[in-house]
Amino acid sequence: MKALLEVQDLDVYYGGIQALRGISLKVPENQIVALIGCNGAGKTTTLRAISGMLKASRGSIRFAGEQIKGLRSHQIVARGMAHAPEGRGIFLNLTVGENLELGAYLRKDRESVAKDLETGYRLFPILFERKSQIAGTLSGGEQQMLSVARALMSRPKLLLLDEPSLGLAPQVVEKIFSVLKDIHKTGITLLLVEQNAHKALRIAHHAYVLETGSVVMQGTGAELLASPEVRKAYLGD
Amino acid sequence: MSEFLQHLVNGISLGTIYALIALGYTMVYGVLKLINFAHGDVYMVGAFGGFYLAHLLGVNDSPSLPKTLVVFVGSMLICGTLGFLIERLAYRPLRYRPRLTALITAIGISFLLEFGFQLPRWSFMPFDFPPGPTPRFFPELFPRTIWFNIGEVSISNYDALALGVAILFMVGLEFIIYRTKFGVAMRAVSFDPNIAGLMGIPVDRIISGTFILGSVLASVAALLVSISRPRIDPIMGLMPGLKAFVAAVFGGIGNVPGAMVGGLILGLSEEFVAGYMLSSFRDAIAFAILILVLLFRPEGLFGRITTEKV
Ligand SMILES: Nc1ncnc2c1ncn2[C@@H]1O[C@H](COP(=O)(O)OP(=O)(O)OP(=O)(O)O)[C@@H](O)[C@H]1O
Ligand SMILES: [Mg+2]
Repeated sequence: MKALLEVQDLDVYYGGIQALRGISLKVPENQIVALIGCNGAGKTTTLRAISGMLKASRGSIRFAGEQIKGLRSHQIVARGMAHAPEGRGIFLNLTVGENLELGAYLRKDRESVAKDLETGYRLFPILFERKSQIAGTLSGGEQQMLSVARALMSRPKLLLLDEPSLGLAPQVVEKIFSVLKDIHKTGITLLLVEQNAHKALRIAHHAYVLETGSVVMQGTGAELLASPEVRKAYLGD
Repeated sequence: MSEFLQHLVNGISLGTIYALIALGYTMVYGVLKLINFAHGDVYMVGAFGGFYLAHLLGVNDSPSLPKTLVVFVGSMLICGTLGFLIERLAYRPLRYRPRLTALITAIGISFLLEFGFQLPRWSFMPFDFPPGPTPRFFPELFPRTIWFNIGEVSISNYDALALGVAILFMVGLEFIIYRTKFGVAMRAVSFDPNIAGLMGIPVDRIISGTFILGSVLASVAALLVSISRPRIDPIMGLMPGLKAFVAAVFGGIGNVPGAMVGGLILGLSEEFVAGYMLSSFRDAIAFAILILVLLFRPEGLFGRITTEKV
């Protein structure tokens, strides 16, 4: 299958500290790929490097066949990638509606933006009720919904999600994961970072395990779910 | 009573001027978290830009309203360009350096403009530039007439113009910031430039736009002041710059409505204190306010209260 995103030998440093050591991974079109690992393994850093928030000092990042390493975030968004960042990245000083509209910042097709806005509100009706409210007043779970809905507003080919279930009540986690499955069904490719390894592996076609900045294991979601090492280290068995 | 009215009128017009300048500080602080200490000098350049344009147009011999318009627009263009260049050439290369570096650079730019303008005329310049340290007199752009009197307080067309234009620009700015795509992007950048980038917002362009906007407001303020207080010189931006900075801090640095309210309060308190108490206290008011604000409400009147949810 054709890889929509192909990362090769990525090195990323924070100042003098190396956070990624030669990460390589592939995200085939129309699949869900999960990235799991302990705290500090480098999952967030990987996503940040892919979406242009961080500079990679070595390696290559190809998106839809094009080298995007070295491009700025806004240029990468323009090529069809969206990133719902760690900590949700909601503009707490803007209204819910303004946050959503910013997701479609680069789009000129006003009518279909309006349609997608409706779709977003249908997905998360609570956002519709709160649309004129300042986003800082939303609860954590609502902010997470806003983050996912906003990322969809750019009509991405690839959506990067950084721990969309962090700190949420079980029902809300269910809701988010069912939405992710729906999103995938509409033809959007997902690269998902999750602490909740169980759930992530269950919906992932393929998954990578990160440890101190390197990929230490990979396989299909089912393979990793069955692997004793993964069960011991990440599933709490 | 008429004395009170006079102070009120003066206070409001001074206040709107401080507000216009303070907006530049607060917007730039919003997007860059940088106190642009060169902002007061952009104001000074606005006055001189208008001064040279007025001479070029022969305003001295035949003042007129159309020429006034050209002077305003021209000076706004000059300052907008200057603001753009200052950010592009001086601040942007230092964007990811420690904040102190940019702050010191800002002071450097300020000195460069203040002392650059005090140099003797360059022989290759077709007009009298740099102006040198001696004060110049800003010409009367159009004939001054008294519009009406309230008691002993007379309101001239100059007063009306100054207040009208200042309010127009503030309303316009509110519109830009709260009703346009650029404005939403600017508020997003001021919240978090990295996440703004993830939305597809070209952060650098928004920052440039913010500098241009702030500098244009400074030039408007400079012209509104110069038409009624025509003595202009290369360090004229120092005091208004500092006071507007105080107004911005008072309103809550980074907060747009705060800068407007802060400017107005500062202008009014300055006029009333100088009028009813001691005129030599005039310049002390701003700094007394600064000290009080920093002591008791460092986030300013409208300081942003945001909560991160986990
Ligand atoms: N801004 C930063 N400056 C310096 N070091 C950083 C920075 N951000 C992350 N690091 C370091 O880089 C490494 C990888 O961090 P990263 O945030 O990518 O981990 P993660 O896998 O996302 O962890 P978590 O599951 O806790 O979110 C860690 O050792 C972390 O301390
Ligand atoms: Mg992380």
